[in-house]
Amino acid sequence: MLASLGVRALILSSFILVVTLGFWELSTPAVKTAGEMTEYELLMGGADQEARVPPPSQILVRAWEELSNPFYDNGPNDKGIGIQIGYSLFRVLTGYLMAAIIAIPVGFLIGMSPLMYRALDPFIQVLRPISPLAWMPLALFIIKDSEASAIFVIFICSIWPMLINTAFGVAGVRRDWVNVARTHELGALRTALTVILPAAAPTIVTGMRISIGIAWLVIVAAEMLVGGTGVGYYVWNEWNNLDLTSVIFSILVIGVVGMLLDAAFAQVQRAVRYQE
Amino acid sequence: MDDRPFLEIDGLAKRFPSPGGETLTVFENVSFDINRGEFVCIIGHSGCGKSTILNVLAGLDEATSGAVTMDGREVVGPSLDRGVVFQNYSLLPWRSALKNVTFGVRARHPDWSRQQILEHSYRYLEMVGLSGGAEHRKPSQLSGGMRQRVSIARAFAIQPKLLLLDEPFGALDALTRGTIQDELIRIWSGSEQTVFMITHDVDEAILLADRILLMTNGPYARVAESVMIDIPRPRNRAEIIHDQAYYRIRNHLVEFLALRSKTLAAEHDGETGGVPKPNRPLTVRPGSADEDQKSAGEPPSCREAELVSLAR
Repeated sequence: MLASLGVRALILSSFILVVTLGFWELSTPAVKTAGEMTEYELLMGGADQEARVPPPSQILVRAWEELSNPFYDNGPNDKGIGIQIGYSLFRVLTGYLMAAIIAIPVGFLIGMSPLMYRALDPFIQVLRPISPLAWMPLALFIIKDSEASAIFVIFICSIWPMLINTAFGVAGVRRDWVNVARTHELGALRTALTVILPAAAPTIVTGMRISIGIAWLVIVAAEMLVGGTGVGYYVWNEWNNLDLTSVIFSILVIGVVGMLLDAAFAQVQRAVRYQE
Repeated sequence: MDDRPFLEIDGLAKRFPSPGGETLTVFENVSFDINRGEFVCIIGHSGCGKSTILNVLAGLDEATSGAVTMDGREVVGPSLDRGVVFQNYSLLPWRSALKNVTFGVRARHPDWSRQQILEHSYRYLEMVGLSGGAEHRKPSQLSGGMRQRVSIARAFAIQPKLLLLDEPFGALDALTRGTIQDELIRIWSGSEQTVFMITHDVDEAILLADRILLMTNGPYARVAESVMIDIPRPRNRAEIIHDQAYYRIRNHLVEFLALRSKTLAAEHDGETGGVPKPNRPLTVRPGSADEDQKSAGEPPSCREAELVSLAR
């Protein structure tokens, strides 16, 4: 009971990890080395009768190989994981930024004007539940560029949480604070920037955090469809190569990158938070 | 300069449409004047519309009818000429105490340099006793009393022509309230600031005000009396209670709030509408001795004792 909660949680986490990986490792029968195999086994690919999920040790080895040279480029179907992640991040951030540029001002407008809120609400309610991938055929047809279509899909999926949270945050700014701005004769722009924006910032950033999470979820699926580059394509390509080790490795990488993106926004959230 | 009072409130009324189809009149025929440099408190029961009157003076709310004229100009919308201190402080929680004050100063003097704004803000923060590092704290890290001090500093720092205080000490404990009242009086006496303040506290009103406006109960509330506080300044909470006028005023106020605010409100219901009401509230001076003779409510022995004490 001497150790702090954090330390104890860390110990328990490590225990769960070791046990899980241990079971996984042990439940996967070791593949015989080439020397032990009969001629027939070698001809049949040196494997079992059925394909198995590779053990964690194999994934660790693959991870080491990939991460020690993440930026190699051996042509269209063989690029390092770093390059693939780079492509995906570029798409996510471009689409996300475009969404923010539109969602935050429009959210402000909706939050400040009950008329705009009522006028735009039906459009938002219909458009919001549409799966971002459902836009893909239309995007491909109109934009005629797979790269730009992927960015558009990110744009359309990350716009809604930001838009709704901004409107919600702006509409919920305490009347008193707005009155402070009014009694100090602040103009509309000064009021928006010095009172409403900081007051609504925690809600807006929460929306941005939700959006980046969704964008990272969607990019994998979008790239599986679009193909060519990106971590989503990488997963699908390795599946086509029947390289499950790489598939599992890339799944983990997707998780870690998503976690880092989320952590970055958690920092922003901490910076704009205030206590009443 | 003409002889018109600094602030004129004429026939103010506030009505709301109620669900039944009839209109609900919160207050009506509210008329009074405030002179330059005067400290006026308004007392009345909850629901009589005091806060609405204050918000109308601030320009944050609009009356259904009537007009407010300040310095010969009609009050339309909020202005830096009228500073407001709200009961819940209304500090911006993401800004430090100092930044809350500079916020006001910058709005008032957009042409000032950063240094000028800082110096001016510090002067007012020191006036309310906030210095030595506390000014860099966020409002959430300050006590209720400290927050209200910041709010008062912000309001005084913009040097408005009229300062509106909406129950500024309502949320504070009695001890803190006493200290901040003293500070308010000290700052006010050095500033020739005109103040209009809402309070529920009779003692606070007597201590601070030159004049107390008494409102009848709502609906159809109105300002019935304007009570002059004839107690010399500087006043001090420890000494003021030995002043004979203090108790006469206090009794008058308590009696009004306990009984007459209700009976005067009831009078309205009996009215057929033909009786014209006085345009300005009745001025009474319960603190002075000759007002006492008219009322003749007190036993003579008590009166003699007062005269003796006055003679000394």
